Amino acid sequence: MTRITRGFHGRRRPDVDPARVPPGQYVTQDFPVLSAGPTPHGSLDTWSFTIRGQVDQPHTWTFDEFQALPRETVTRDIHCVTKWSKLDTVWTGVSLDTLLDGVETSAEYVTAFSDGGYTTNLPLEDLTGGRAWIAFSYDDEPLHPEHGGPARLLVPHLYFWKSAKWVRGLELQPEDEPGFWEGYGYHNYGDPWREQRYAGD
Amino acid sequence: MLELIEQTARTKSIVFDVPGWGRHRAGQHVDVRLTAEDGYQAQRSYSIASAPEDRHIELTVERIDDGEVSPYLADELLAGDEIELRGPIGGYFAWEEAPGMPVFLVGGGSGIVPLRAMLRHHRATDSAVPVRLLYSARSLDDVIYRDELTAADAGDVRLTLTRRQPAGWTGYGRRVDRELVAEVCWPAPERPLVYVCGPTGFVEAVAGALVSLGHEAARIRTERFGPTGGETP
Amino acid sequence: MIDNQALDGNAIAGTLAEVFGGDMTTAIGTCGHCGTRGPVAEVVVYRRAPGVVVRCRVCDGLLMVITQVRDVFCVDALGLAELQAPA
Ligand SMILES: Cc1cc2nc3c(=O)[nH]c(=O)nc-3n(C[C@H](O)[C@H](O)[C@H](O)COP(=O)(O)OP(=O)(O)OC[C@H]3O[C@@H](n4cnc5c(N)ncnc54)[C@H](O)[C@@H]3O)c2cc1C
Repeated sequence: MTRITRGFHGRRRPDVDPARVPPGQYVTQDFPVLSAGPTPHGSLDTWSFTIRGQVDQPHTWTFDEFQALPRETVTRDIHCVTKWSKLDTVWTGVSLDTLLDGVETSAEYVTAFSDGGYTTNLPLEDLTGGRAWIAFSYDDEPLHPEHGGPARLLVPHLYFWKSAKWVRGLELQPEDEPGFWEGYGYHNYGDPWREQRYAGD
Repeated sequence: MLELIEQTARTKSIVFDVPGWGRHRAGQHVDVRLTAEDGYQAQRSYSIASAPEDRHIELTVERIDDGEVSPYLADELLAGDEIELRGPIGGYFAWEEAPGMPVFLVGGGSGIVPLRAMLRHHRATDSAVPVRLLYSARSLDDVIYRDELTAADAGDVRLTLTRRQPAGWTGYGRRVDRELVAEVCWPAPERPLVYVCGPTGFVEAVAGALVSLGHEAARIRTERFGPTGGETP
Repeated sequence: MIDNQALDGNAIAGTLAEVFGGDMTTAIGTCGHCGTRGPVAEVVVYRRAPGVVVRCRVCDGLLMVITQVRDVFCVDALGLAELQAPA
């Protein structure tokens, strides 16, 4: 028996174009911090980003090398499975097209891995075509550790748990393997527009 | 909801009449669920501020300015409104009068709420167990239940004001650190039962100090309210 | 490293009561990673996530994950070597 609470609206923006909001989502103004473990506080000197697994040879970038790569600034809407969406978020990072350029692979799947042990799986195809970045800046500021800094995966066309915080690399795989939340009943692909929250949706 | 009582500029007590309420234990909490007209829901926990012996259920909510639920409870709720409460919840961070070792309560900010229920329960049962409260707030104006805690019959209550102290202040004026705990708490060999409640950072610091002073971890009960307020009270 | 965001087992007492049918905060759990034993109330809880993530206060090891899939709670407690119900 759910009762309406008089005068309660939650922290949501009422003035949004409904066409931009996937089913079951609510637009928020602030940027909730979601995490499944302690925020890692590693040093940038020892940070690296690696593409490994089913590749001709692993590729690794130090933070300086990474910063020297061509960068893009993009404005995207993001959608969290906990039902908030945030519109027009501004990120700067390196496109995965750039990072995957020159990587020889026959893999079709990717497991992104992070400091702290978090993983998430995606089809490799979803990381290409200007749809995914390794972002190190949010709103023109270095990405705050709470939000995944020094760098996080950004795949805005999927639910935001796919945009792994504190990302350290990609493991290219011939088979699809569920990541952390996917292993606990969340949808393997996670398209917010098809409301793929849980396995079987 | 029966009545709202302003405690501090940022804190209000909300008094409820809850039909069918079973008896709670001092220190327990309830889960409050709010539902918007379009079905959107938000749920948060709030400690019960009243003693089991009190006639009504009282919650005390600190308004977090950019928060979702606390500003609603503190500013929007009106006498006569109904909200969904689930509880009482939690058997660990609870104290029931029974002969035993002294009880030391340490609260930071709104972390006073469940401890206040324990103090009221202690008084209502005429308990012979020694109880002492150490309460950390930013300033005297931020002290929740100030009149009750500074009354002549308040019992053994020690305040520390971490930001601002009024002229002539004779209480403490610093963060609850190892030295302050050592000064105020019964020594470890007396095996006090300790309850620590407040923002996560505060609880970590106080629990760490207690352990470093030799208090057994099993005698220290903690409850963390989260990042609330962002800063240590 | 404990985050300021982190809560403890008291914060999920309501959820646990719903799942287990009674108060679990005084139940004693044993960490399957480091062997630490302690009351469920003292575990580290991350609730701002797709599900509830429960970790060991000593070693940060994953003890429990609770998700609510279409209104049904799913509990994975593989990280707990033992869970002793309250006496
Ligand atoms: C067992 C228990 C008992 C409690 N008892 C009391 C009590 O007696 N009195 C009391 O006042 N409080 C109590 N609390 C705290 C209370 O439950 C709420 O956390 C508090 O009122 C803030 O809720 P809110 O909705 O207003 O703020 P929220 O919307 O939850 O936001 C709180 C703060 O966190 C930030 N924030 C918002 N969303 C997120 C996110 N997703 N991740 C990280 N940060 C975010 C906000 O910017 C804000 O600064 C208790 C908590 C627990 C666990």
